[in-house]
Amino acid sequence: MTNRVAIVGIGTTGFRPVTPDVSFRELIFEAARKAYTDAGLEPSEIDGFITAAEDFVEGYSIADEYCPDQIGAVLKPTQTIPGDFIQALATGYMMIMTGAFKTVAIEAHSKASNIKNVDELTGFAFDPVYNRPLRESPHAIAGLEMMRYMFETCTSADQCASVVVKNKFNAMHNPYAAFGSDIETIDVLNSEPVSLPIHRLDIAQHADGAVVAVLAAEDVALSLTDIPIWIEGLGWCTDTPTLEMRDWGEAVYAAYSAEMAYRMAGITNPAADIDFAEICDEYSYKELQHMEALKLCMPGEAGHFVETGVTDISGELPINVSGGALGVGHLFEASGAHKILELVEQLRGEAGMRQIPDVEVGLAQTWRGVPTATGAVAILSNF
Amino acid sequence: MKLEDYELRGTALRSSDIKKGKVLSTSWEPDLKYAWDNGVAIGRYLAELKAGQIIGRACHKCRRIMIPPRMFCELCFRPTDEWIPLEDTGTVNTFSIVHVNWDASRRKKGEPPLIPAVIEIDGASKGMGIMHMLSEVDPKDVKIGMKVKAVWKSEEEREGAITDILYFKPARAKAGKRRKQ
Amino acid sequence: MGYRKVAIVGAGMTKFVRRAQETGKELSWQAAKMALDSCELTLDQVDCVTLGTAPDAFDGVHMKGEYLADGAGAWRKPYMRHYVGGGTGVFSPIHGWFHIASGMADIVLVVAEEKMSSCHPHPQGAFITIFDHTTEQPLKPNLIWIFALEMNRYMQTYGLSKKDIALVSVKNKKNAIDHPAAQVAEEITVDDVLNSETLAWPVNRLDISPASDGAAAIVLVSERVARRLTDKPVWIDGVGFSIDTAYWATRDLSYPNYVETAARMAYDMAGITEPSKQIHVAEPYDPFDYKELHHMEGLMLCPRGKAAQLTADGVTQRDGNMPICPSGGALGVGNPIAATGLMKVIEIFLQLRGDAGKRQVPGNPTCGLAQAWGDLMQMGTVVVMRS
Repeated sequence: MTNRVAIVGIGTTGFRPVTPDVSFRELIFEAARKAYTDAGLEPSEIDGFITAAEDFVEGYSIADEYCPDQIGAVLKPTQTIPGDFIQALATGYMMIMTGAFKTVAIEAHSKASNIKNVDELTGFAFDPVYNRPLRESPHAIAGLEMMRYMFETCTSADQCASVVVKNKFNAMHNPYAAFGSDIETIDVLNSEPVSLPIHRLDIAQHADGAVVAVLAAEDVALSLTDIPIWIEGLGWCTDTPTLEMRDWGEAVYAAYSAEMAYRMAGITNPAADIDFAEICDEYSYKELQHMEALKLCMPGEAGHFVETGVTDISGELPINVSGGALGVGHLFEASGAHKILELVEQLRGEAGMRQIPDVEVGLAQTWRGVPTATGAVAILSNF
Repeated sequence: MKLEDYELRGTALRSSDIKKGKVLSTSWEPDLKYAWDNGVAIGRYLAELKAGQIIGRACHKCRRIMIPPRMFCELCFRPTDEWIPLEDTGTVNTFSIVHVNWDASRRKKGEPPLIPAVIEIDGASKGMGIMHMLSEVDPKDVKIGMKVKAVWKSEEEREGAITDILYFKPARAKAGKRRKQ
Repeated sequence: MGYRKVAIVGAGMTKFVRRAQETGKELSWQAAKMALDSCELTLDQVDCVTLGTAPDAFDGVHMKGEYLADGAGAWRKPYMRHYVGGGTGVFSPIHGWFHIASGMADIVLVVAEEKMSSCHPHPQGAFITIFDHTTEQPLKPNLIWIFALEMNRYMQTYGLSKKDIALVSVKNKKNAIDHPAAQVAEEITVDDVLNSETLAWPVNRLDISPASDGAAAIVLVSERVARRLTDKPVWIDGVGFSIDTAYWATRDLSYPNYVETAARMAYDMAGITEPSKQIHVAEPYDPFDYKELHHMEGLMLCPRGKAAQLTADGVTQRDGNMPICPSGGALGVGNPIAATGLMKVIEIFLQLRGDAGKRQVPGNPTCGLAQAWGDLMQMGTVVVMRS
């Protein structure tokens, strides 16, 4: 009887602002080949496959048609989850827990550079009747939320800018990251005002890349690797899609999905039990808002944490050591994938220059971006 | 439970209800723009088409010669090994005689029907086909198994696209080869 | 092999119509509410929600799963959308099965929605972007081409005529007369099919199911909950799904390998060794009439190339030995893609409970299956159910 599921292999291409040299198929093949070799499995030995993808991000109707070849899933049980990688991870976890699948591979990728007008794409996700005719920029929606969050928690724009500084600095030590740099908060505050309080540098830029992970049931995992990375907790939640009804200050979807994941993992004191976290920072303030929703600190405390270095790589609670979306790049459905990748490398002790010493439990959290109120949480451990 | 015991919901409208304003509607024309990276395999495929050549790619493990070319073999899950120039002739695997355009509008009066076909390209492994169009043939005469040959755009007009082949037309039997019985 | 048992205990659906006044959210809500009412559950008792819906291009909303969430009853719940093209509707109970068989949830609401009429001027226009953007779209293909190409190959391989195939359309549209949600139920003849407009030979207008708006929903529960809620649960005993290569022009178009692979997976799980004997009633996907035949063969309900003969002999009629699409199928009830698949699951649910009313097949069937297929003719999804 299976009672635990582990990540036994992971592979990535790394993330770049553009990838003109390869097609999406060639990009994904590279990540898949690395993941299967890392797991010590051939795709013919894998029982099920999942791709996380959305039609309009791919530029295909029925984008799932194109998912099998480059992950070795021809004539295999294969599905697409139009959601974040962590939601796909949850599906893979459930598949193995049914007992009908021993191993499942999960793929997510971004070819964001091939979309020539991303804001139009995001706008196309707005309610067609109520919201779209207003022609609001997606960043305006985030601006509304940032304003309300700062108001409710007394967080300053300077504190939000500190998130950008920290994450871009962390990214310089991550060979996979596309947007590492050494800047100061004043650079963020002086960057182009987009939808105040949001400045240009508060927004994560898009990047290309692919990640494939291989999950296995406990018995198979133990036979494949000395360091299986166990899935301890999973949670996912959708708050209302209606802009007019949602809570603008708080990330309710993050709080609910964390609650579900903590319950599953038996975690009662997250701030103490979680060693490090990769949290969605598609906008600077989101990292702070999410930290509070995840109960990694008290409401209103997150800004102070980042300012005083608590969430630095050497701090008590390192957050986004990878560089986060601000440093690595915004990867659409693969956003959760680079966070899981970072967790796996840290928990295996393979994170190189950015290795946090003695970590045992990590948390990854994602949000599906404007205009959604959907997110997911995964908790992984190495023991 | 029986479906019959429920009053099923769902209110049918006619197009005229919308046109006459009996119900209101909101319309939106998305302006999404993409520019896809062709990558190595399709990049070379298109470049060769521009040069008037159809090219495939071989996997030495399963010994398939594949078209469209790909840099990895999806069955062996390893990189493919070799570029193989193919013929610009092939065999009709299946075809259709089409009276509708891509957006479901009907072909205009006087416009001939379109004849899309799956064409197995000579030189590639058996069953390896591509979708393209047939022309210079009476629709009544098209048969599965028919030999066809590509008709190319002129060298100056070719731009590195699948449409550098205008269409395929019935091939005349080559000398020394028997015409299909 | 012992899996945690999963039962269907409730079902709901809207009428299938060419153009619904309701938004996609409202259709989803109507189906979901009826499904919950039918088993006397309320939304707060639902652990998780999963939604199936096909291309975003129909509804004209990017991330349509997010947009439909509140209509599907997902508010502040663990909610996910799953997607396997045209196969989605029969994948929906499979994704729900993952939730319950894994122990993650006890009560799951499964919703499938499609609002194709939002796409103008015709939903077929949304389909040009299913073809490869570089090697196929420049040829300006229409969705019907790919079916016409497959149908022609199938006919040629087994020496079938259009007449043999048109019988399916006649049967299903007639069956649909007894379905309260039906959009295009009518009594027609083979000649009506053959004389209807030729769109892409060999495909005529009446060979094709219509474009539709509609939604369907079911409630899945664990064994413990099922015993409490009903004395007529229908169990999901086998699930299967499989996808073939995206290079569709390199496949054998005369036989749906992906359906066979999916069916074998589901049959293994359900302990079915002789499908044609052990399956009493089936709802294979029939968006085109030849597809029903193609799929019967892929499901191994009959030998390859023999499905047309069974149809001609009346074996697949409601009172035949192997009733196929007693609901009226996509050809008769209508084809709001994902909702159609789930409608088929609901039909088997009702048939196995003896609740199908005028559509009830005789002989107290105890084992049935629903199947859907999608993408570039490459995806098979199969669910085997028992009473």
